[in-house]
Amino acid sequence: MPCIDTSARISRPDDLYQMLIDAHQGLSDDDSMKLNAKLVLLLANQIGDMDILSQAIDLARESASPSGEIAA
Amino acid sequence: MAQTASIPVYKPLGASPVPKAGDQHAEVVIVGGGPVGLTLALDLAQKGRQVVVLSKLDFIPAGSKAICFAKRSLDIMDRLGVAERMIKKGVVWNVGKVFHADRDEPLYQFDMLPVKGQKNPGFINLQQYYVEAYLIDALAENPNADLRWGHEVTGLTQREDHAVLTVSAAGAQYSIKGNWVVASDGSKSPLRQMLGLDFEGRIFEDNFLIADVKFTEERPSERWFWFDPPFNGAGSALLHKQPDDIWRLDFQLGWDIDRDACIRPENVEPYVRGMIGDDIGFSEEWYSVYTFQCRRMRHFVHDRVIFAGDSAHLVSPFGARGCNGGIADADNLAWKLDLALRGEAGQSLIDSYNYEAIVTADENIRNSTRSTDFMTPKSKVSQAFRDAVLELASKHPFARPFVNSGRLSTPVSYTHSMLNTLDQDHWDGGVAPGSPALDAALDDGWLLDLLGDEFVLMTNGGDARLDGVRLVDLTSYQAANVAVERYGLPPGGAYLFRPDQYVAARWHAPTCAELEQALAAAKGNADHAVH
Repeated sequence: MPCIDTSARISRPDDLYQMLIDAHQGLSDDDSMKLNAKLVLLLANQIGDMDILSQAIDLARESASPSGEIAA
Repeated sequence: MAQTASIPVYKPLGASPVPKAGDQHAEVVIVGGGPVGLTLALDLAQKGRQVVVLSKLDFIPAGSKAICFAKRSLDIMDRLGVAERMIKKGVVWNVGKVFHADRDEPLYQFDMLPVKGQKNPGFINLQQYYVEAYLIDALAENPNADLRWGHEVTGLTQREDHAVLTVSAAGAQYSIKGNWVVASDGSKSPLRQMLGLDFEGRIFEDNFLIADVKFTEERPSERWFWFDPPFNGAGSALLHKQPDDIWRLDFQLGWDIDRDACIRPENVEPYVRGMIGDDIGFSEEWYSVYTFQCRRMRHFVHDRVIFAGDSAHLVSPFGARGCNGGIADADNLAWKLDLALRGEAGQSLIDSYNYEAIVTADENIRNSTRSTDFMTPKSKVSQAFRDAVLELASKHPFARPFVNSGRLSTPVSYTHSMLNTLDQDHWDGGVAPGSPALDAALDDGWLLDLLGDEFVLMTNGGDARLDGVRLVDLTSYQAANVAVERYGLPPGGAYLFRPDQYVAARWHAPTCAELEQALAAAKGNADHAVH
């Protein structure tokens, strides 16, 4: 099974961070949420590998949960 | 028993007389006269089993209820000799289109019959009462079936090797014994309640309006589904054609509504007008509001009482998985009861119904739950993802397959069933054990017609034979190339089909012992394989 690569791969991290924040400029919270959803879908399709995506979801969920555990 | 005034009548059948005194007995007593019970009754009667059907209603109810019959159901009905009438009367369709907001062009469309060159279409639309009437006509000609209308089951006792039902009819009571009792008595199943059993699963907090209306207009025979159309602020809508110029219009209403008020004609009219415009005259056929559940019983087999159809499992209507799922139950159960009653199979074959019907129910529940979650988002973030998909789908092909307006009923494979024999050979394509037969033209006929309703060994030449099992050798047909290709069958290879036309096993070059073991396994007798 392919493993998600969590090493630093973005050469200009500050620029990317700025791009993400700028993309949400002037949007309501709902529209921001929708924009993020579109980004997730576009990037997921680009990755195209369910194993990698599943690992990404697990990692994201892990750090989102206060207990560090994934809800059943 | 005079039946509830609240249920509209399509066709009166007349109350059946109370049977004369004496021991009442049938090999299978089927409770419920809906499409599932009637399909099972016809299948069993055609196999020579003595069946009694008890229906508390003495009429066929009106109201279109189920309207979509999928190809697999048509294949099953064809095996029973009823599909021709259904297809002749029904509206044949294969294409579904999905629309979003006020855009005229569909976001997405799908074809329900991707593999062409099969006898039956991907779908037909037909009011449930027609299907019931056709099944009743076929049963009337079969001496093995005894249909009793206006006979209500009021009591149930399980015994060692049978069950006894108490029946109330025309003010009198009698009891009847069945080697097996099948409860196809609907979502509120009185038999389920008599056994103290319940459902597990989810109830969805949303209401939908069904408006079956009659109007005359030329429109394509396609399923049209809208997300957030301008004519329904509360959500989604569906338009589907039925025979007799009747159209199924379906509107999401939201949760907090006055259900009685919603089906008053003056309140339905604006919805209908919004969809079809102001210029077309229409009349009411059947208005109804429903909520739905995606739930099932934990087990479908309880000693001598077996649950099938809505009594065992419920799904949301998007995907046409309710009635089609129930017909799949009947198809799966009939040959197993037949073999058990003949003494050719034991409890393990009946238990395989429990397993396989639950695999089907779980797949149907999973699909209809996912469709429902897409159509009626339950949180801000699921709303955001849903809207993101719909907006992306208008421009970007990658997003279109995410659009879920109901994943329509397709046959379910029992990949891990104990009745399968695992492949020992390497197969490129073909039809795997646990999957239903794929139809193909054979000379002037069709493969599924040849398979019929018994075990069949299909070969591509060679000398594979099984005692007591009918042989279909593809080399004896002039034009068998499509079948050979669809099954990936090399010369000398073989497929073993079950009586419900599912693949039990396949080989490139089977030995006699392998064939006999696979047949025993398919009858649930894997441990007792004979040589």
